[in-house]
Amino acid sequence: MDRLHEMGFKQLVSTIRRGGTSIREVTTHFLDRIDRLDGKLKSFIRVTRDEAIERARRLDAEIAELGRSDPGRIGPLFGVPHALKDNICTSGIPTTCASAMLERFTPPHDATVAARLRESGSVLLGKTNMDEFAMGSSCETSVFFPTRNPWDLDMVPGGSSGGSAAAVAAGLVPFALGSDTGGSVRQPAALCGIVGLKPTYGAVSRWGVVAFASSLDQVGAMTRNVEDCAAVMNVIGGHDPLDSTSAPVPAGDYSRKIGMDIRGLRVGVPKEYMGEGAEPGVKKAIGDALKVLERLGAIIEECSLPRTEYALSAYYIIACAEASSNLARFDGVKYGLREDASGLIDLYQKTRSRGFGAEVKRRIMLGTYALSSGYYDAYYLKAQKARTLVKQDFDRAFERYDILVGPTSPTVAFPLGSRMDDPVLMYLTDVFSLPVNLAGVPAISIPCGLSKGLPVGMQMTGRPFDEATLLMAAYAYEQASDTGRIRPKMLGEE
Amino acid sequence: MTISKEEVLHVARLARLELSEDEVEEYTMQLSRILEYINKLKTLPSDGVPPTSHVLGLENVFRKDEAREWLSQETALSNAPDAAGGLFKVPKIKES
Repeated sequence: MDRLHEMGFKQLVSTIRRGGTSIREVTTHFLDRIDRLDGKLKSFIRVTRDEAIERARRLDAEIAELGRSDPGRIGPLFGVPHALKDNICTSGIPTTCASAMLERFTPPHDATVAARLRESGSVLLGKTNMDEFAMGSSCETSVFFPTRNPWDLDMVPGGSSGGSAAAVAAGLVPFALGSDTGGSVRQPAALCGIVGLKPTYGAVSRWGVVAFASSLDQVGAMTRNVEDCAAVMNVIGGHDPLDSTSAPVPAGDYSRKIGMDIRGLRVGVPKEYMGEGAEPGVKKAIGDALKVLERLGAIIEECSLPRTEYALSAYYIIACAEASSNLARFDGVKYGLREDASGLIDLYQKTRSRGFGAEVKRRIMLGTYALSSGYYDAYYLKAQKARTLVKQDFDRAFERYDILVGPTSPTVAFPLGSRMDDPVLMYLTDVFSLPVNLAGVPAISIPCGLSKGLPVGMQMTGRPFDEATLLMAAYAYEQASDTGRIRPKMLGEE
Repeated sequence: MTISKEEVLHVARLARLELSEDEVEEYTMQLSRILEYINKLKTLPSDGVPPTSHVLGLENVFRKDEAREWLSQETALSNAPDAAGGLFKVPKIKES
C-alpha cells in the first residue's frame, strides 16, 4: 500500500471509507511530517494541531454514526487535510498576510473558500507562508522567515504562495489553497514541481481573502496531481452572493472531461513565450512536453500574443494602483497594528510605516504615483488600454486554439537572496504568468520535467470558464509522461 | 532619475507613509528604475482603445436591502487596537 502522503484523494478517501485508516490517523500522519520536516522548510506560519485533531475525531465519529449508511456525506475531500495561504481568513485562527501589520489579527469569520472546505469534511492543518500581502515572487518578503524549496533548500520556492507550494511538494499536506494576482499560484507550483490552477476571474469567491489587486486576484488549488486539482475546484468554485465580482454562472463539474481523448485538440504555442526570455533548460522541457501532446493527437502550432511585451508594465501599474487603494484600509483604527502617535495623521503614518515591509511600501508608492494628479492618464489609463489589447490577443488566439501552452516561468527556482536587490528582475519572474490575470482567463501549471535538477512548469491557458478543457489536457499529459511522478528527496528522506 | 526625491516625498505623503532618509534614497533609485522599464508602455499605440477596468463586464450587482444576522458589535470590535463604549477609539483629532 502507498504511504498516506503519496495517495491521491480517491485512494485516500476510499481507504477512509472502508475503514482502512481513520481520519485521525491521516491527520496525525501529516502533522507528524510537518513536525519532522518543516523546521528546515519553513512552509507553515502556524500549525493548527489541536484544532485539526479535534476536528478529525469528530469527523471519525460522524462516519461511525451515519457515514457508512449515508455514503453521499463522504464526498471527495472528506477527511483529506489541507492548508491555507495566510491571506485567507479563518475564523478564530490568526490570518497575518505574513505582515507585521496583521501579526495579531484574528478574523471573526471564515473566507467563503475556507467555509466550503470545512463543509466538505476537509481538515485544516494550518496557515502557510507567503510574500507579505502576496507581493513578491519568492516568498522572501514574509515578515516571519523565507520558505525554502524542498528540491533544494538553498533555492526559493517561488511566490507569493510559496508556503503552500513547498508544503504540498514535500508531502506535508495533500493540498493547499493559494491566491494568484500575477502568477502567485502557478509560479510557485512550477518551481516546486506540483499542479497549480488559477481559475477564470470570478469563478472562485474572493470573499474573506485579503485583497491585493481586486480586478486580478483569484484563489486557486495547489495539488500533487491533476485529478485532485479538479476535486478541490469542485468544492471551492461557484457563485457566492457575498462577492459582487463572483460570476453568476453555474460552476459545472470541473472533472467532467478528465480522461477524455485529446485527439484533435488545437494547441497554440505563443512564440513570445519561447524566445530569449526563457532559459534553454526550460524551453527544452516544454519542447519535450509538446512532443508528448502531439503524440496524443493534439495539433500543435506556433501562434502569437503580440502585446506580451507590454503586459508586465501594464500589470505593475494596475496591480500597484489597486493595491495602494486596497491597503489604504490599514490605518491603525479598526484592526491590525497601531503605533503610538500624537494625532490622527501621525497615527496613520507611524502605523503604516512600521507595519508594511519594503516591497509593500514600494508598490504602494508606485501605485499612488500612477494614480496621482498629472500622471493618471499617462500611467493608469494607458495601462488599462494596454490591458484591453492584451485581452484581445488572447480572444483572437482562442478563436483558433483550444488551449495555449508555454513555460509558466522563464527560469527554474533561483537561489535565496539572488533577486531581492533588483525589483525589476524579480518582476520579470512573472512575465509569462501575469498576462493571464490581465485577460482574466484560466491557466494551470503542471510539472513537465527537470532542468538543472529543479522542476519546470508547463502553463496551459484556456478560454474563460473552460477549466474543464485545461484539466483534460493536463491530465492527458500527466498520464502519458512520468514527469509528475518525480518527487523531491526531501532532506534525505527515502 | 525618472522621479525626483521631492516627488518621492510627495507620493509618500499622499500614501501616508513616513520614510527615513535611507528609504527616500532607495525608493528614488528603485522607482526610477521601475518607471524606466514601465515607460516602454508609451510606445504602444492605443488611440481609440477603450480601457478595461474589469474583465467580467458585470454591471452593478444589487441585493435586497434586508436586515440579517451578522457580526455582533462585540465581535466587530474584537480586533480594535483601542475601543470604548462600543466605538473605535482614536487619538484626539482636534484641539479643544
